[in-house]
Amino acid sequence: MHSVVAGVCGIVFGAGLAISGMTNPAKVLAFLDVFGRWDPTLAFVMGGALGVTAIGFALARRRASPWLREAFALPTRSDIDARLIGGAALFGVGWGIVGLCPGPALANLSRGSGEIMIFVAAMIAGVVLHRLVIERKP
Amino acid sequence: MTETTFTPVAGLVGGALIGLASAALLLAEGKIAGVSGILGRSFFPAKRDLGWRLAFLAGLPIGAWLATRATADALGFAITDDPLLLVAGGLLVGIGTQLGSGCTSGHGVCGMARGSKRSILATLTFMASGAATVYVMRHVWGAG
Repeated sequence: MHSVVAGVCGIVFGAGLAISGMTNPAKVLAFLDVFGRWDPTLAFVMGGALGVTAIGFALARRRASPWLREAFALPTRSDIDARLIGGAALFGVGWGIVGLCPGPALANLSRGSGEIMIFVAAMIAGVVLHRLVIERKP
Repeated sequence: MTETTFTPVAGLVGGALIGLASAALLLAEGKIAGVSGILGRSFFPAKRDLGWRLAFLAGLPIGAWLATRATADALGFAITDDPLLLVAGGLLVGIGTQLGSGCTSGHGVCGMARGSKRSILATLTFMASGAATVYVMRHVWGAG
């Protein structure tokens, strides 16, 4: 049941990414290119997503638990550390080089494009590298 | 470089769908719809914690495929074909999102929607370093 719900959420999420144009790296780069021919679309995507998600959080706050599980799994940290800022900075550089963040990268696997395969393989290598070297798993 | 047109309505509609999926995952499952977090914890997962993650991740290309077909790929797709840039970008996105505990969805949408100070700072940081990277690549080096 959990997988069915999560799968449907993933489908709607992926459809939203494609409809918003965020699966087009050129559009994302045009948003980040504030000194060039700026395309502010991404701000509208975030605005739309934030507005609806905020309603979700407002509803969630009035509940002790989610519909299908015993407890909400929400982040509890509130400290600002070097990893948060450094990691976000590195992510931004990668985002700015190609114009893809993790969601659109995975959503674009539907295109069967060689470039996407290379990017996703490198991204997963980065994820696994982090887990093995920095978090020292398993 | 590929020029794009400003598409605020498609942006708002697509964004609202992203928000709907995030709100639904939160209310039904109690989970944050952060793609980098869901992906990261799919490797060496906790017990009985893998199925929903893989289902969500598999849904992304399925939803994108359906929407791309339904809209006749109206907003297009253009990406660099330089393998060096693709590998460097992918590695940085992979490592950076794990180190920084989130990406555009986890920090930018879910974290900001719940007013997390960490997420607001992370979002400002990756927006700034992303814009700086594009500035250097396009206006200093003159690359596409």
